[in-house]
Amino acid sequence: MASAFRTRAGLALSRERVRGNIRRAMDGLVAKRRAAFPDDAELAQLRDQGQAIRDHALANLPALLEQLEQRCRVNGMQVHWAADAAQANAIILDLLRGHGAKAVIKGKSMVSEEIGVNAYLERHGIEPIETDLGELILQLGNEHPSHIITPAVHKDRAEIAALFNRHFPDEPCSDDIDQLTALARRVMRARFQGATVGMSGVNFAVAETGTLCLVENEGNGRLSTTAPDMHIAVTGIEKVVARLDALAPLLTLLTRSATGQPVTTYVNMISGPRKPDERDGPREVHLVLLDNGRSRIHADPELRATLRCIRCGACMNHCPVYTRIGGHGYGTVYPGPIGAILEPQLQGLQVQGELAQASSLCGACAEVCPVRIPIPQLLNRLRHEHAEGPTASQSPSQSASPASSQSVPIQAVPGGHRPGLQGRVWRAWALLHASPARYRWMRRTIGGMGGLLDGPFGGLLGGLFGPWTRSRTPPRLARRGLQDLARQEGFADD
Amino acid sequence: MTDTRTQILQRLRSANTATASVPGSEPASPSAATLTSAPTWPVRRFDWGPEELTDRFRRGIEAVRAEVHAVGDDWPRQLAALLQARGARNLRYGPDGPLAPALIQGWPTAEGVPRLVPHDQPIEACRRALFDDTDAGFTACRAGIAETGSLVLWPTPAEPRLLSLVPPIHCVLLEADRIVSTLHELMQREGWAQRMPTNALLISGPSKSADIEQTLAYGVHGPAELIVLLRTTSAAGTGSAPPATADTARTAAC
Ligand code: SF4
Repeated sequence: MASAFRTRAGLALSRERVRGNIRRAMDGLVAKRRAAFPDDAELAQLRDQGQAIRDHALANLPALLEQLEQRCRVNGMQVHWAADAAQANAIILDLLRGHGAKAVIKGKSMVSEEIGVNAYLERHGIEPIETDLGELILQLGNEHPSHIITPAVHKDRAEIAALFNRHFPDEPCSDDIDQLTALARRVMRARFQGATVGMSGVNFAVAETGTLCLVENEGNGRLSTTAPDMHIAVTGIEKVVARLDALAPLLTLLTRSATGQPVTTYVNMISGPRKPDERDGPREVHLVLLDNGRSRIHADPELRATLRCIRCGACMNHCPVYTRIGGHGYGTVYPGPIGAILEPQLQGLQVQGELAQASSLCGACAEVCPVRIPIPQLLNRLRHEHAEGPTASQSPSQSASPASSQSVPIQAVPGGHRPGLQGRVWRAWALLHASPARYRWMRRTIGGMGGLLDGPFGGLLGGLFGPWTRSRTPPRLARRGLQDLARQEGFADD
Repeated sequence: MTDTRTQILQRLRSANTATASVPGSEPASPSAATLTSAPTWPVRRFDWGPEELTDRFRRGIEAVRAEVHAVGDDWPRQLAALLQARGARNLRYGPDGPLAPALIQGWPTAEGVPRLVPHDQPIEACRRALFDDTDAGFTACRAGIAETGSLVLWPTPAEPRLLSLVPPIHCVLLEADRIVSTLHELMQREGWAQRMPTNALLISGPSKSADIEQTLAYGVHGPAELIVLLRTTSAAGTGSAPPATADTARTAAC
């Protein structure tokens, strides 16, 4: 029964130091977010706007993408479309080779993690240089982000100092955070100065004006998109919004939800390459629009809400599962509650379906999500499909067929009924609860035994409920149920 | 590639989207339709008087470790003193920038005062000098945002993008009457949607990171210091008059 996820989660739970690092950081972020939204009414209003903007964008996605493409072209950018990671990587490699680049400086981007562009470029002889401090730490340590906003959150200063000292032996440093930061600056300066191509993600792409909006605090994002001759921006197709003024509420929702900042140090709005009379900025700007499963998610009216996400990370900061196992416990690019709904849809339930179980359904994520994604509801939907198979029998590869189907399955391979026990247990449960007579019989039997788990069968069933009762008091049925008590008070049985 | 584009768009169209984007029935200009159907809401702004605008802007940007100095017409002297105290050797500025004449004219000539260095070459010709030999950069700015304590810059050929980014100290002159309450108000007032520049920026404080133990460290890749010279001209401050509209001569140039 020990699945890959359970093994990983178990391992993550045993790493006390990492758990401490993550817990401290998450507590801090939760407090900062709370302080950033002092006015409940204002927050509710902003979330309404955020949801409306993102819903509108998704409802009009094809038209908005066409408009974005057209506006970007008018502005002098070049637009590329990629169906999946392989295509996106090939496009990027082509651009880099066409430019004669040996290296590329990168701003922090989760989509670039999603397509695995670093490993791909390395295999093809081009050096990807992460410039965000957190991403640099991960690249040196050969690790992946454990959080979508603060990627090296699992590491503490001592570990980072050791890592820096190993990689930059000529510049010894202590574990003083200012010193570590200064070292990162020195190391990166030369790279920024010499870079010919920069890569970045996109936070919001505005169809109305052909504007790419990027937020950051370090300045590496601005440098990566301004200093080199060529800028390649990679973004999921869902990041588009219709109008420029949508940025106002979205930015404030994003930065306050993510880190409690009223605004990030830099908000960088790029609407084209360098104009003939301008003295710096890239001469070429390329926008790569990545699908990679998003159009499939888009086809399902309920699951589509997943694509509203603005990647603020608030859901993971508040998640009791994430705060315990951290991002690496999920083993996916996107961790936390958003990862638990997004990854099974991107990769298929057969591959990542179990992630939908990585939740206590406490609802904290939905309560804080700035665009009101009903994450618990979607988790339930995915759990159901994982256990029962999809509601409609259509495989993703056929999902381009007519709009008649209500629901497109997200299983990579159709017919993934959860085998064995779980299905049988629920069928038995349904059978017993469907008829008053059967229910009465069950109640009497179990009540008579003094409750399932502490009754004579407790030892037997204890194994079955094992992991659950290890840290919990087993439930105990009242000797007399509500039905009995009601009848005693003179209520009729129906 | 065109194929991929068509396929992606087709997959998106085949979904039962809320609005009528059925294949074959698209409006001639999809843009017009999608823009008018986009949700709208009243402009988010606050009725803050000039003093409150200035005060909020100042508190906001100081909270993220920018330095704000109220200045008058002798601001170049004050700036020179601030930079000299920091041991800066030079200050790069755009000679065609809107404030360049005043800067040059008011710059003191005494011993030890940082040297003014014109920044008037394409980056290809001055990359080394900008990265290695520049201690401070000076730019004008378009506006300030009181709600978040942000400077708004639209870099121009005269004051290009890297001038506010590469030098370790960024110095900005902001006219107090250019402070508005929110970004939304500014976008609306100035009609940004019709005239976005190559690059528009909000800058709120010096470069920073909290990537190590959520502890703030300043000057990661961008400037480690941000010096804001806040100039209150005598003409401003006439009761609760709103800030000047977009196209005063000064901002058009900046
Ligand atoms: S799902 Fe909501 S809370 Fe989570 S990252 Fe996305 S927008 Fe933020």
